Amino acid sequence: MNLTSPPTALIAEDEPLLAAALQAELARLWPELRVLACVGDGHSALAQSLALRPDVLFFDIRMPGQSGIDAAAALADAWDTQGADAAPFPALVFVTAYDQYAIQAFEAQAIDYLLKPVQPDRLKKTVSKLQLALIQRAQAATNLIAPTVSGDAQLDATLAQLRHLLGAVSSPTPGTSPANPVAPLQVIQASVGTTIHMVPVDGVLCFEAADKYVRVLTAEREYLIRTPLKELQAQLDDQEFWQIHRGTVVRAQAIESVCRDEAGKTTLQVRGLKEKFSVSRLYGHLFKAM
Amino acid sequence: MVTPGENPPTKAHSALVTLQRCVQAAVLNTVIALGLTAFGDKEFGPNLVYSQCIGLSIWGLLDGGHRLLMPDRQAQWRRLFWIVPLGATLGYVFGTLVADTLLNTHNSVTFWTSQPRKALGFLVLSLVAGGGCTYYFMSREQLAVAREEMAHADAQAQAAQRHAAESQLKLLQTQLEPHMLFNTLANLRVLIGLDPTRAQDMLDRLVAYLRATLDASRATRHSLQAEFDRLHDYLELMAVRMGPRLHYTLDLPPELATRQVPPLLLQALVENSIKHGLEPKVEGGTITISARQAHGRLTLEVADTGVGSPRDLNLPPPNHSSFGLAQVRERLHTCFGDQGAINFIAGCAGGTRASITFPLET
Repeated sequence: MNLTSPPTALIAEDEPLLAAALQAELARLWPELRVLACVGDGHSALAQSLALRPDVLFFDIRMPGQSGIDAAAALADAWDTQGADAAPFPALVFVTAYDQYAIQAFEAQAIDYLLKPVQPDRLKKTVSKLQLALIQRAQAATNLIAPTVSGDAQLDATLAQLRHLLGAVSSPTPGTSPANPVAPLQVIQASVGTTIHMVPVDGVLCFEAADKYVRVLTAEREYLIRTPLKELQAQLDDQEFWQIHRGTVVRAQAIESVCRDEAGKTTLQVRGLKEKFSVSRLYGHLFKAM
Repeated sequence: MVTPGENPPTKAHSALVTLQRCVQAAVLNTVIALGLTAFGDKEFGPNLVYSQCIGLSIWGLLDGGHRLLMPDRQAQWRRLFWIVPLGATLGYVFGTLVADTLLNTHNSVTFWTSQPRKALGFLVLSLVAGGGCTYYFMSREQLAVAREEMAHADAQAQAAQRHAAESQLKLLQTQLEPHMLFNTLANLRVLIGLDPTRAQDMLDRLVAYLRATLDASRATRHSLQAEFDRLHDYLELMAVRMGPRLHYTLDLPPELATRQVPPLLLQALVENSIKHGLEPKVEGGTITISARQAHGRLTLEVADTGVGSPRDLNLPPPNHSSFGLAQVRERLHTCFGDQGAINFIAGCAGGTRASITFPLET
């Protein structure tokens, strides 16, 4: 990106009237901003952000496909920081009608957000903040010899924010809050045909979300269960099982090695299992040499 | 005295009550002895010994008799009709013998032969005193039990009231879901500038929806036509928000329009279909609401072509997340008891079909 090219944005909002209105309001307050695309679901938000690499993202939280927060996390994971034309990670603004927990987390993490109906005065403030951030970013890029360093710093900061955000938004479901902890799960009941197998949690090496199922991997074999990973995780000891990806939780003691390849992708090998698991950037901070 | 409380009386407490009654009996015996001395011919000393021996014997026999023969006082109080005369008579005989021994006189046996009227009078006095005391103690006990029961009923009524208030608040909260409300207002704000006529129509529907939601907690029944009208308002509001992603059909046979149903019973099911079925689905889908009657029963159905539920909705939820469904079940049970039923069928191509069945009201 250079200083002369106009700033670009992407709007992810599933309600067509609201998307159009935000675009119109932005055109009025920030005429130079070019809205590259308006998308209506979480998957398109991720794909289009990766393809178009805008400077600013407006993500609605509740969207079909996946939530704006999940889309942002997936984007941070997939963002290209290495190549010759690596771009800095976009500035994120979340948009929501009402989301008690997310708003608390936004405040705590100093993430910018807009409440629907969007008030013009409030949007003006966000626009000024974004303009300032883009100017600072451009200056940093011209001053530094290695421009990717600033991009990495931006990405690292966003990763830390998103990590907290995911923790804050997923935990306050009733029954799993720290105030009334759920008894740790002892046995997984997995059906194979007409038989129910009792699989002790102590023997489980890894849980992996796969479409509508969760794969339960032990050293001996694999089971499929229907309980969502999020629900399972609430009943697992987070010291014993580490989340390494949005859809993967592994037994910490069973991790044999963690490798980072040239493209910056991190993979993990579990003792007793042949397959490798990829580690999300969000959870990369768990693995550092002592 | 037994004070009302939630814990059963302790051993120490019950011993104290027994001692208290024993003293009360002794006081009564002394009063009787004084009366006998004042209106009779004997001296106070022997009168007191006889009175105490007879009185305490009767008290002991009656008190023990209650404990041994009437473990459940509330149900077995009729046994008093033979426990009291028997206890009083035996106590009289035993007490007289003890007093004879103590005073070293043997006049009691001769007393019955020489002055049978007077002896009989003393026996009647013993019976009356024993019966009176028993009646006094029993009624006090009963009063304490009644007080305790009243306090218990009070606490229960308070808890029930609190529960009702809480569930009504929760009902309002689910129906006036803030996410829905603010998104609708956001759309309304846009429409005011873009298409004032459509904005007015949307506002009218929002007003009707809000009014119905607030009224639903008060009215117990409204017509099926009114129910479908409110669902139409809600779906129109959602259609503005979701655009081409939402299609819906409302199918109400005219002959069923005036049938009475609990207000907004279907609302939670339609909201579930939108929130968990169609909203998460990228391409959206269709929701179909219909009413049918067969064999004197009314069947209301909400079917969607959404993503479907990962779990069987017929089973109780793993946590308290689906208050909407729990509330539908509860209302159905309150209105129709075992005659109301709710069923969920997962569609093979995704989607959920929920049906409520209950007896037609005439």
